[in-house]
Amino acid sequence: MTAIIALSLFGISNLFLGFWFPRKVLQVLTLLFLAIGMGLTAIDWNHELLWFGNMFRTTNTSINFSLIIQLAAFLVVALSKAFGADDEHTHPAEYYAIMLFSVVGAIIMVSFDHMIMLFVGLEILSVAMYVLTGSDKRNLKSNEAALKYFLMGAFATGILLFGITLVYGATKSFYTSNLANIIAATAPESMPSFLYIGVLLMIVGLLFKVSAAPFHFWTPDVYEGAPTIFTMFMSTVVKTAGFAAIYHILSGVFGGIYSTWVFPIYFISMLTLLIGNVTAAYQQSIKRMLAYSSISHAGYMLMTVNAKQISSTSTILYYSLSYTLATVAAFAVLIIVSEYQTGRKEKPEDYSSFEGLAKNNPGLAFCMTISLLSLAGIPLTAGFWGKFFIFSDSFSRNVIYPVILAILMSAVGIYYYFKGIIAMYFKNGDIDRIEVPLLFKIALWFCTVATLALGVYPNIVKNLF
Amino acid sequence: MNLLFILFFPLLIGAFLLIAKPKHAFIISISATILEAIATGIVLFKINESQLSITFIQDWIPELGIQFSLVADGISGVLIGLCALLLPFIIGSTAKTEKANHAQYQGLILLMQSAMMGAFLAKDAFLFYFFFEASLLPIYFLASNFGGENRSAITFKFLIYTIFGSLFLFIGLIYVYLRTPGATHSADIETLYLTARNLSAESQGYLFMAFFIAFAIKMPIFPFHTWQPDTYTTSPSQGTMLLSGVMLKMGTYGVIRLIIPMFPLGLGTWGNTAMILSIIGVIYGSIIAIQQKDAKRLLAYSSFAHVGLISAGMLTQSFEGIQGALYQMLSHGINVVGLFFVIEIIERRTKSRELAQLGGITQSSYALTVTFMILSLGSVALPLTNGFIGEFILLKSIFDYSLIFGIIAGITIILGAVYTLRLLQKTMFGNASRITTEFAGLTLEEKMVLIPLSIFVLLGGIFPNTILHFSEESVMQITQLLK
Repeated sequence: MTAIIALSLFGISNLFLGFWFPRKVLQVLTLLFLAIGMGLTAIDWNHELLWFGNMFRTTNTSINFSLIIQLAAFLVVALSKAFGADDEHTHPAEYYAIMLFSVVGAIIMVSFDHMIMLFVGLEILSVAMYVLTGSDKRNLKSNEAALKYFLMGAFATGILLFGITLVYGATKSFYTSNLANIIAATAPESMPSFLYIGVLLMIVGLLFKVSAAPFHFWTPDVYEGAPTIFTMFMSTVVKTAGFAAIYHILSGVFGGIYSTWVFPIYFISMLTLLIGNVTAAYQQSIKRMLAYSSISHAGYMLMTVNAKQISSTSTILYYSLSYTLATVAAFAVLIIVSEYQTGRKEKPEDYSSFEGLAKNNPGLAFCMTISLLSLAGIPLTAGFWGKFFIFSDSFSRNVIYPVILAILMSAVGIYYYFKGIIAMYFKNGDIDRIEVPLLFKIALWFCTVATLALGVYPNIVKNLF
Repeated sequence: MNLLFILFFPLLIGAFLLIAKPKHAFIISISATILEAIATGIVLFKINESQLSITFIQDWIPELGIQFSLVADGISGVLIGLCALLLPFIIGSTAKTEKANHAQYQGLILLMQSAMMGAFLAKDAFLFYFFFEASLLPIYFLASNFGGENRSAITFKFLIYTIFGSLFLFIGLIYVYLRTPGATHSADIETLYLTARNLSAESQGYLFMAFFIAFAIKMPIFPFHTWQPDTYTTSPSQGTMLLSGVMLKMGTYGVIRLIIPMFPLGLGTWGNTAMILSIIGVIYGSIIAIQQKDAKRLLAYSSFAHVGLISAGMLTQSFEGIQGALYQMLSHGINVVGLFFVIEIIERRTKSRELAQLGGITQSSYALTVTFMILSLGSVALPLTNGFIGEFILLKSIFDYSLIFGIIAGITIILGAVYTLRLLQKTMFGNASRITTEFAGLTLEEKMVLIPLSIFVLLGGIFPNTILHFSEESVMQITQLLK
């Protein structure tokens, strides 16, 4: 688990390197750091080890999650052309450093073996995200978003901590492996009732972070207010880490009291699907639509969180990966287009600013189309198999109604994702050829090609998980 | 190997056209489709000679038991034959128009062919689903980019409607797939047959509904047809030909390939309802067709009526019903492509499809009248045309199944004659109107499409046994499963 140490050091050094180097150098250095981080993470493959006083466990699952998180961060850094070359108010060194720190937090969240570690990881991640959300400091919306996110997030963390306390009170242990044993060894009747309250409070705290309904109210405003590059970061890294943590807690730790949380989880999952999809269909702004779509994807992912199934792990991993690739590409095109339209259109992030994109920028339109198709779950894209694995997992444990709702909601999803495609291909607009930096192009095409490759041959990665 | 070629060759050429945008797109795409037709012909010839199906099996996702497996037997043979046969004519119908050398247009048509071939060839149920869905994208882009008035909203409705339907098929498939034996399960169609047949009548009923809704939307069957007339009318002619000539057959093929062998008990419970809906579609479509003013819309409703009869015939689950349905799919494909092309020719010259404004074309173009006449009579099902054989067998099977259904469905012969002959009379005969007086005769390219199609109509009527014999063995296997 040298990766988190290395990444923390890199983050600190990034702060100092900012004195001497311009943004472009820092960007390349950060990419290098993340690559090293991935390498260090991968070294532990097949060695199940405990670290830091047994508070931290690396398993193949946690390594996979860490790799997806770092890949997402890598892509986001590669796509971070936006923060201004000639703007004295932006501080690239700090942004890159904070992103590295939040990656450290995320990695801790996916590999904790001790409840305090979960809390520490979540806080490192969250505080970093509060800062990044408000980083566009002259933009009123960005400030509002940061404040909202911070206030709500602080509440959620408090609730999580309260839950941890109650669970500790009931079981006298912080270690997740111990907890699972204690719960398995004790008869359900002899458990104090506040254990269950504790479990539910912990789940609520974490569900807030992955924006599941009814804890999603912050999401659209925060996603919209934050600079798009950090929205991209938030919707991929935070989501993946959050789901890994929820999955670990529910199936790994509290699998023994399955019946306590399974119905709330299904209920929340169905509610999330309903609210996320239906509200997304009403949005005018692509950025807000993507925010609601990220809520709806949380609903899909919640459907597979279940103790009694081995295939869930690979399903969640596969889904996180496909969702990450598609979301990164969609936000990347949004960045390019909205930057071009700023000053030309009143609302540069609306569907209307994508009108006619395909005419002079077929490449960008193609990447956006593939990512939207993947999010919608159309065959030939990674998203299709993601949905397939989720539905077949749910069916194989006789979960019927959430799947039927999910199917209906997929149809709603097709409506709002295709609205973007229609705007790009079938509406008239005057968008000239937009120049895209090379690194940006490479990262964008990587996402697109990977989405297609996973769509045609999901085994490339499914075998690894 | 051959199967892989006929599946991927159009895809490659189509992708090449889309990416490279060459100048002479027409030559490339027409030669590609002709080559494809020859390759398919060779495959079909082999099957016919040996009376054995050709399969290709390759692991795709081994842990899940999902294979990349293809099969060409008597049933899928008829449909890949239809698809390969029609495409050169569909491409040929663009000759000398501005669409001929439009690389994107031709490329999308070829992608479409590849997806449809895939759906007809798939032996693995998920592969079938994969192509079933994938075929939607090229046709959607084709219709929405090159279509007529209000195309954006209409094609969007079509897209959402059909995807919504296929999602039901998707959960149905997953449900059955998870009940297949073995740790990894299997999505092979034959395994699914065995598994699904052992499910309880109640589950089979639900599954039947899920599958049938998907296919009913695709065909379409009453009351799921509301997308169809608008989409057919607004699509560019080639899009309409693809939709009605081939794509619709994915729905009917799905019923024969999946529903009938998989859910005998489900069919027992719901088969009658589905048949009643199909027959309602036959009558309802015909009556609306009679009242249409727009020629293309008239044909759209007539297609809706015809497919209702095909569906009713298949749902009798008898040997004749399935054979007749297969034969009628083939004839309907040929007839409808020819008819839509005739309408396009008229529209090109007169800029109108309104029946009230047309008439008297026979005075200026004899060749068009003759070919149009033959194609219409095929559609009316006059003896000696291909439509007669198909409808005759279908009606016989329906009569055997239930006298009342037979009598009601039989009205289609009268109604079909009314609307088709009305179309013929209003466009071709009578006095020439202002816009048809200077109607130019058929060009060589147009003749090259219409005359072979008319010949097929007659050949199909005179030598039906070639095709019927070809599919006999495979249909027998399916009906054997039902006993």
